[in-house]
Amino acid sequence: MTPRVVGATAQRVMEQLRRDPRTLAMIIVVPCVLLLLLKGVLEGQPGSFERVGGPLVGIFPLILMFLVTSITMLRERTTGTLERLMTMPLAKLDLLLGYGIAFAAVAAVQATIVAGVAFGLLGVEAAGSTIAVVLLAIANAVLGMALGLLASAFAQTEFQAVQFMPAFILPQLLLCGLFAPRDQMASVLEALSYALPMTYAYDALERITTDGSLGGRGWLDVAVTVGATLLALVLAAATLRRRTA
Amino acid sequence: MSPDRAISVTDLNVRRGGKLVLPGISLEIERGKVTGLLGPSGTGKTTLIRAIVGVQIVESGEVTVLGEPAGSAGLRSRVAYVTQAPSVYRDLTVRENLRYFARILDVPAERITEVIETVHLGEQADQEIDNLSGGQGARVSLATALLGRPEMLVLDEPTVGLDPVLRADLWRTFTGLAAEGATLLISSHVMDEAVHCDRLLLMREGDILAASAPQALLDRTGAADMEQAFLKLIEEGRGAQRGGE
Repeated sequence: MTPRVVGATAQRVMEQLRRDPRTLAMIIVVPCVLLLLLKGVLEGQPGSFERVGGPLVGIFPLILMFLVTSITMLRERTTGTLERLMTMPLAKLDLLLGYGIAFAAVAAVQATIVAGVAFGLLGVEAAGSTIAVVLLAIANAVLGMALGLLASAFAQTEFQAVQFMPAFILPQLLLCGLFAPRDQMASVLEALSYALPMTYAYDALERITTDGSLGGRGWLDVAVTVGATLLALVLAAATLRRRTA
Repeated sequence: MSPDRAISVTDLNVRRGGKLVLPGISLEIERGKVTGLLGPSGTGKTTLIRAIVGVQIVESGEVTVLGEPAGSAGLRSRVAYVTQAPSVYRDLTVRENLRYFARILDVPAERITEVIETVHLGEQADQEIDNLSGGQGARVSLATALLGRPEMLVLDEPTVGLDPVLRADLWRTFTGLAAEGATLLISSHVMDEAVHCDRLLLMREGDILAASAPQALLDRTGAADMEQAFLKLIEEGRGAQRGGE
């Protein structure tokens, strides 16, 4: 690993994002609008929005970063820039860490603004620290990015990459406990939910927003989230081949 | 391998999509010379080039570049490769692209301005590649390869679609680099480009038809130009085949 190359890659990815202000605006605005929409939808069910609003602040970055990263990385593969980089003195880890830093920075901005809107304007309440929610949101964004990097290896076109969102992320969203408590699901689904990283990301967020602190179980959630991120990054690195057919 | 050999390929077999694209070819390329790899499209030139820069999965055979096996980590800063389709970030400017690759190669920033001048893109330096013509994009890709003053440059059809004045200029740059000791391997499907090369490799249907200096090839075949010489060589090949049956 070379810090100079990691830094250069992070800067380059940021420059690319800056060239696309529409995407940046959507990364920030879409979660806020969705939260507002949800508040209206759940108006007749007191307590529901308050229950899911907080954790959602930390789940949005995961979903959006998955999408943005899988498409950015797919572009890198299809335009030949990845092949060029693979012939240059750049370690695979330099590339992945560079992406990680750039997207974590974007996620930090996104999570801060979305948290401000949710806790400040929409009346979402967190029993615990809102800063902890933002920090978990950043960790989740990096998890989303790592999953996106991995997923991009299995997509040949941008159409396919977009379809991975409903294929990989939507089931996790359904099973993570957001829509219904996991112990009330069909037992097969409850068992399956333990194998999905978003379950742990959601559980940690829920503990902060409802119980006020992570507790032992919550720290385990955080550890699993970080572990899943590292595993996805290692697998993603394995899909970056210097030699191709 | 003798020290004046920059590239040595022995019994190289490459299969792509089930088809044997390179059927056990062998060749050698001299150091400090401009070698032209000429032949029609679809003949395996790009596959051979990819094997030399170490991004092609090969079935069998040996490829040695500057004394090391092709694709070795040590070669990544000594060999620069330019793909046929420009492999640069289309959403970044010329300068931003070069700044990124310069930092990977750890070359000083002044070098960026130098290579921009070499490929005549001074006026476009702050434009995004998306807003440039195809030929200008190709020149950015070429400029990237010049950044690190590599010992070897492997260029896949670098002059396609370029203005004749610029093409002549680039050939002068290539010969200049060779005069300073660099080794250049340049592919083209335009036979006229042969006059700029010190050595030629003529390729057809995965085979090396001839390897010699341009003038020697004209003398041996008694042809007036390279196009004619190429046709005569194909004829000879057919004759030899018939004779063998």
